[in-house]
Amino acid sequence: MTKGLRNKMKLEQLKEILQAKVLCCGDHLDREIEMVCGSDLMSDVLAFIKADSLLLTGLTNPQVVRTAEMAEITAVCFVRGKQPHAETIKLAEARKMPLLTTGLSMFESCGRLYREGLHSCDETK
Amino acid sequence: MKPNESKPSSGADPSENSGAFAGPDSTRYTKIQELVYELKVSDAMMRNIITTTPDTSMSELREILRANRISGTPVMEGGKMVGVISIEDFIMWLGSGKADCPIKEKMTTEVDTMYANEPLVHAIGKLDKTGYGRLPVIDRQSGKLIGIITKGDIIERLLHKLEIEYHEEEIHRYRASHIFEDIIGDKVALTFQSSVKGKDFSRAGEASSGLKKTLERLGIHPQIVRRAAIASYEAEINVVIYTDGGTITASVQPDKIRIDVNDTGPGISDVDKAMQPGYSTASEWVREMGFGAGMGLVNIKKCADKMELVSTVDKGTHLRIYIDINNTQEHSKAG
Repeated sequence: MTKGLRNKMKLEQLKEILQAKVLCCGDHLDREIEMVCGSDLMSDVLAFIKADSLLLTGLTNPQVVRTAEMAEITAVCFVRGKQPHAETIKLAEARKMPLLTTGLSMFESCGRLYREGLHSCDETK
Repeated sequence: MKPNESKPSSGADPSENSGAFAGPDSTRYTKIQELVYELKVSDAMMRNIITTTPDTSMSELREILRANRISGTPVMEGGKMVGVISIEDFIMWLGSGKADCPIKEKMTTEVDTMYANEPLVHAIGKLDKTGYGRLPVIDRQSGKLIGIITKGDIIERLLHKLEIEYHEEEIHRYRASHIFEDIIGDKVALTFQSSVKGKDFSRAGEASSGLKKTLERLGIHPQIVRRAAIASYEAEINVVIYTDGGTITASVQPDKIRIDVNDTGPGISDVDKAMQPGYSTASEWVREMGFGAGMGLVNIKKCADKMELVSTVDKGTHLRIYIDINNTQEHSKAG
């Protein structure tokens, strides 16, 4: 029916859906994402994530931002209310990469975004 | 904010309004089709709205339309839109030969409107279906009139957007090809090196971050840059995790990028085994950082067009990655 057409979502709206708090770069919430990847394994993220996606993760170290930078991920949202290290936020600010944190679990976060029409990164377009 | 109103475009089924834009093969979309879904009504509408009041006379309307070079206006009363008057209404009135009268006697009162955050394709569908020349645009939250959209506005916006994207792509290609055209030599390569500190996880990725930036500046295709950056980053992480340090050297040639990652030990005892997905000798602290799952070399291989790995225990490891600059297809090797 709508095959081939991907739903896009502004970070602003995604923030509402995940009831997330913005940790940095709140002035870039007009960016849009098409796909979502939920993982704590950075090598998996590097292997499968597509550019312009959101990364949902429980990891909070600066390597998350580095990984996101290499893979051209639009924004990162930490799950289970995790608070990243100050260094992580500093690095993200320098890269103008919005960071969010949600109190929801990984499962619930993925479920809500999937329901809103966002897709997984390993699905073929 | 009511839950239903917080969502722009409220997940409307795009297939229902595709109208003239649905191609014969519905799984493939042209650039224009992509844009009409991507762009919102607010991106194309005129924000500078000329309005009239119900008591403006038809003869005054002529001057308003002419002076502003527009074909119709919303009719406002006390901050509320009560109708739309168009050049068609004006011509009908002129043709009837009747005496001058206020706009309110000739205007359309049942007005079709658009929400500002609807995709542009909905406006195209509505203009087509209703035959109207213009649609007032309402802000979904406040209910206020914030613009007006015509077919002309839509076409202008689409052409503008296409021009920008075309221009960006042109600059990319120009710069990429040019740097090598300007250098004279039988063999040309641009080489740059960064050192990587071992065991220092906080700085892991800096070298690859720099490499990525440089490749972007050289105007190399984003797809290629991304593959080079991911491969280099995984290799850099390996250097940080397992060794006391090393170097990453990138050599950009007109047709390919070569990345050499060298370290001085401890070496890999079984290279074949190390290449197997999931095989890892990483310690717990590395795994806690989200790495060390035995996917690094596999990922590098997936990103590279060619990869060579030579390692001697206690001496060091030399990893060489080639990425073909002209191979911009999405890589799905070994995926």
